[in-house]
Amino acid sequence: MAQTQTVRPISPHLGIYRWQVQMVTSILHRATGIALSVGLLVVTWGLLALASGDEAWGLFTACASSVIGIILLVGWSWAFFYHLCNGIRHLLQDAGMGFRIEQFVRSSWMSIILSLVLTVLAWIWVWQGGVA
Amino acid sequence: MSTQQTGLRDPLARARGLGSAKAGVGHWWVQRITATALIALGLWFVCTVIALLGSDFEQARAALAEPWNAVLMIVFVCTAFWHAQLGLQVVIEDYVHTRWKEVVLTVGIRFLAILLSLAGSLAVLRVAFAG
Repeated sequence: MAQTQTVRPISPHLGIYRWQVQMVTSILHRATGIALSVGLLVVTWGLLALASGDEAWGLFTACASSVIGIILLVGWSWAFFYHLCNGIRHLLQDAGMGFRIEQFVRSSWMSIILSLVLTVLAWIWVWQGGVA
Repeated sequence: MSTQQTGLRDPLARARGLGSAKAGVGHWWVQRITATALIALGLWFVCTVIALLGSDFEQARAALAEPWNAVLMIVFVCTAFWHAQLGLQVVIEDYVHTRWKEVVLTVGIRFLAILLSLAGSLAVLRVAFAG
């Protein structure tokens, strides 16, 4: 690549920002998005296992209901609910809503808190239903 | 040193005809469309999975073989892989600055997303048509 001397606008580095919740929600949105992409591989594994037979399905459910499996599923369920809540927040912002700073802060906290509440509710439902 | 540059585009890039690939808006829009669809599809998926906990192999197959479940599962898997591919592409474009690695990763993820969408869809159809 030829180096050309061009004056480009420079964005402030992450290191000089004061901590703020909007920064956390932004980073978490990416992180949970990446985690959910990996989770999709597990979904595909489950579907292929169900299609291929009893033995493959048995291995899949054994892994899913192991201790590590449950820990990962709790993580993925929170990642799902967080990405869902914050995704809706982003869609509303794309529609031009909630751009005042205090609205940004409030909606950020709402994404975080609501995702945790939904995760707890989902696992209460799982617990009520009884895991096999 | 460029003295009379007005826009953000590099003069060399302008001379080479580089710049916008004219695909940015499409990417942005499809990401939002798939996101909107996934609000409903994702909630449906989570609820369906939780409702199926505790069922054995035959019960799980019978549930997935239900026409609406089969259709929604295929739509969910394809939409989710599409959305994931678009999102991961942006992450790669932001953080991978070696051109060949960026291209290999972007194209590789696209191939994988299509491959696994088809594999997942075929798996659902096999269960659905098994009777």
